[in-house]
Amino acid sequence: MNFGVIVFPGSNCDHDCIHVLSDVLGHKAIPVWHKESKLDGLDAIILPGGFSYGDYLRTGAIARFSPVMGAVQQFAHEGGMVLGICNGFQILLEAGLLPGAMLRNRSLSFICKDVHVTVENAATPFTGLCRPGQVLKIPIAHADGNYYTDDVALSQMKAAAQIVFCYCTAEGKVTSEANPNGSLDNIAGIRNAAGNVMGMMPHPERSAEALLGNDDGRLIFLSMLDALQKAKLKAVLA
Amino acid sequence: MKTTGNTRDLIAQHGLSDEEYKKIVEMLGREPNLTELGMFSVMWSEHCSYKSSRVHLRKLPTTGPRVVQGPGENAGAVDIGDGLCAVFKMESHNHPSFIEPYQGAATGVGGIMRDVFTMGARPIALLNSLRFGLLDKPMNRHLFKGVVAGIAGYGNCMGVPTVGGEVVFNDIYSQNPLVNAFCLGIAKKDRLFKGLAVGIGNPVMYVGSKTGRDGIHGATMASDAFDEASEAKRPTVQVGDPFTEKLLLEACLELMDKDLLVGIQDMGAAGLTSSSCEMASRAGNGIDLDLTEVPRREPGMTPYELMLSESQERMLMIAKEGKEAEVLAICKKWDLDAAVVGRVTNDGILRVRDQGKVVAEIPAKALAEDGPRYERPNAPPPYQEHLQSLNLDVLPDVKDATGVLLSLLESPTIASKAWVYRQYDHMVRTNTLVRPGSDAAVVRIKGTNKALAIATDCNGRYCLLNPYVGAGIAVAEAARNLVCSGALPIGLTDCLNFGNPERPDIMWQFILSIEGIKDACEAFGVPVVSGNVSFYNETNGLSIYPTPILGMVGLIEPADRATTQWFKQAGDQIILLGTNRDDLGGTEYLRVVHHREQGSPPHLSLEAEKALQACVLTLIGEGLVQSAHDCSDGGLAVTLAESCVSSPGLRLGAVVRLAPNGLRRDALLFGESQSRVVLSVKPSVAEQALKAAEQMGVPAAVIGSVQGDRLVIDVAADRWGAGCRIDADLETFVDRWGNSLERTLEQ
Repeated sequence: MNFGVIVFPGSNCDHDCIHVLSDVLGHKAIPVWHKESKLDGLDAIILPGGFSYGDYLRTGAIARFSPVMGAVQQFAHEGGMVLGICNGFQILLEAGLLPGAMLRNRSLSFICKDVHVTVENAATPFTGLCRPGQVLKIPIAHADGNYYTDDVALSQMKAAAQIVFCYCTAEGKVTSEANPNGSLDNIAGIRNAAGNVMGMMPHPERSAEALLGNDDGRLIFLSMLDALQKAKLKAVLA
Repeated sequence: MKTTGNTRDLIAQHGLSDEEYKKIVEMLGREPNLTELGMFSVMWSEHCSYKSSRVHLRKLPTTGPRVVQGPGENAGAVDIGDGLCAVFKMESHNHPSFIEPYQGAATGVGGIMRDVFTMGARPIALLNSLRFGLLDKPMNRHLFKGVVAGIAGYGNCMGVPTVGGEVVFNDIYSQNPLVNAFCLGIAKKDRLFKGLAVGIGNPVMYVGSKTGRDGIHGATMASDAFDEASEAKRPTVQVGDPFTEKLLLEACLELMDKDLLVGIQDMGAAGLTSSSCEMASRAGNGIDLDLTEVPRREPGMTPYELMLSESQERMLMIAKEGKEAEVLAICKKWDLDAAVVGRVTNDGILRVRDQGKVVAEIPAKALAEDGPRYERPNAPPPYQEHLQSLNLDVLPDVKDATGVLLSLLESPTIASKAWVYRQYDHMVRTNTLVRPGSDAAVVRIKGTNKALAIATDCNGRYCLLNPYVGAGIAVAEAARNLVCSGALPIGLTDCLNFGNPERPDIMWQFILSIEGIKDACEAFGVPVVSGNVSFYNETNGLSIYPTPILGMVGLIEPADRATTQWFKQAGDQIILLGTNRDDLGGTEYLRVVHHREQGSPPHLSLEAEKALQACVLTLIGEGLVQSAHDCSDGGLAVTLAESCVSSPGLRLGAVVRLAPNGLRRDALLFGESQSRVVLSVKPSVAEQALKAAEQMGVPAAVIGSVQGDRLVIDVAADRWGAGCRIDADLETFVDRWGNSLERTLEQ
């Protein structure tokens, strides 16, 4: 499969995503410079973590105006799979590809540590290989991961099963103690209504190799590959 | 060029002595103009010229089969095989961090990263070694929080993980906190870049942030002691812009990859002046600079300001002739300012023009190399004897050993630093095999089967009590930390923090510390490949403890040999390697419990240390070791407690029995005897490990086993005294060791 990893000025997890997709999982992953306006020949797009434009304004607020974002919008509207991780998630929110907004962490400081999340929706192309309710250990590293939206939007998201991951204890309990950043309802990851765009604050690319002590994050990439392969097969059969 | 007579006041304001000024006039054959005076002032400052330290630094061993680049370049480089080398350096940013903790620390991190990627290496790990006063004072909490936030703000944005380091608290650092930043990068061995202005006629190019009026005379400020007026120096601290540095990093690596450069140096202290004269001087060439083309933040800047500005995130490059357009195009891609600002010449002169007029004309070597060298007088301080005297007989031995252990565990120097490293992105680049919180940080080298372990160390109190032994222990402990992580030490960088070198007692501390480092490095066969000296860490006449901080790098092969300090499995046998001695002088125990910082530091035998380290490496290499943790601050009891509770996930208790063999109980439990390591091994290999240790001449004994959910240490009675016992559940240790720093800061 061909993955495109968007490189905004200030992206810093682009290499890590490419490493996992190509060196670890054996697929093709190429960096896509943010000034590109076309995304030809790509099966899925990843917006990686980092500090696009230094996060000097609101996180993701400038990156969403990068030329490539027009192409990302179109790719998403045509049903292409788009995954935003951390700063990538923040950019997807700013671009309106996902609902809601990010606030500063409750502690007002950057937090880097392993957290646990439950898979709230295992019927997405990003989580298809997970069991519903499965607990994954994946690290977070952010200062603005405190997800917020209004009550109406929240109930709509719940009704449409758009909440994909919630912060939880190691045992899978979604408690306020397990919430690292004050995120609304412990939300760690969401998808759009159509299901082809997902944003998540935890970094699956950082927990995709046994040598690093944890490979739960690999399931996200494997699920994406599985969904892409199934879609290709379906297209061939059709 | 207009030359006016410079008044004595003006010369003194520039930190130059009468002698030094006379030397300048002699070298130039005339009086310098104001711009030239400023340039000499920064280049001949202690910070840039190493005028008080250079004659002593020469004694350090800097060569070895792995050394690719020793001291004198932007950073040192050590061969790690596979055609790669590890490029690393440590540098102080103490003075700016005291004046403005966030920006001071942030720009320290930015500066050390530039030193590393200037060499063509991609930075993959940051560490920092910090010293603050005790946290009961609001000012110290402010400095500590500000520095940590500044390090996080810069490193996180750059996407370079901060994987380790140390933080030590002692009131001696209240007025002079230390912020030493370490960076390590990986480069291809045959693609190292240097700060050389080679190739007559080659274009000199400026890349990066525009030049502003910030940081003018930063280097001179860093070469002076502090007093009440220091607050007024805040404008000499630069402001960091990690986003621009990230662009600069990527642009530099792309320019190097496309083979467009022949030389490069970052504009750090003394900015445009140091980068131009040092590159010219190293190559034996000159540079013609035209300031008209220098990108600037505001109009009306004088040549003096342009040459002395320490605006961050700037590089000076020597491009290949005819490649100017390609360089400019790549800089444009990364939205960076860039301009051709001069040419390499063959006359050895740094000539600076502005608007067509020559405004400075100085032999590059005079600025960069021919500065003053001082062999300053040295003598032991009169208080040294009093410091070293310690009569243990007047100190009662420990009664409530559990209580003492808990107080030590919550002493901020020993307590868990999770509050600190949680704020650092320590995982980005997905190389971090051992995260902060073990003896050393370990990062793998992608594309190889290797990993590097990195540790920083120095016990300033030991160095105060005996600079020679203290510095030797710093080397020994750094190496021991690496070895406990499964790494063979291969090189080190030093960051030597001292008081005012014009004081004979400070110079005495400095010289003995160098001797201590030298002898230890030679014993372990570890070369010093880069370093930095920070003098004048003194406020209102009070000096810091001599604090020669060492950053050491070790090689682990294969990478999965990386070992951590915490216990792994119930039932494992606990082995103590090394000998317990009556080493209470200078310990954290004496400070916390008896409020004394006195005595002689622990005894160090380089031979015993070498044998111990060889033994640990062999045992780890043979796959016999589950965990290895070196004994340092707080002694054996703290080492055991940390082995129980420092794992990020698992917590395992232990039951240990110790025979005092005539030692005081407090010395046995909390003494800081060197050359000791606590291992845990599977029961099936315990005999084999003991035998191997015996063969290598290292004392070894099983002292207990991993079990249960309590730490119990029983000290048997002997004819000199009653027995005693440490016994508490792990939750108590976790709370006192794990949460105390956060609790203190939330006061």
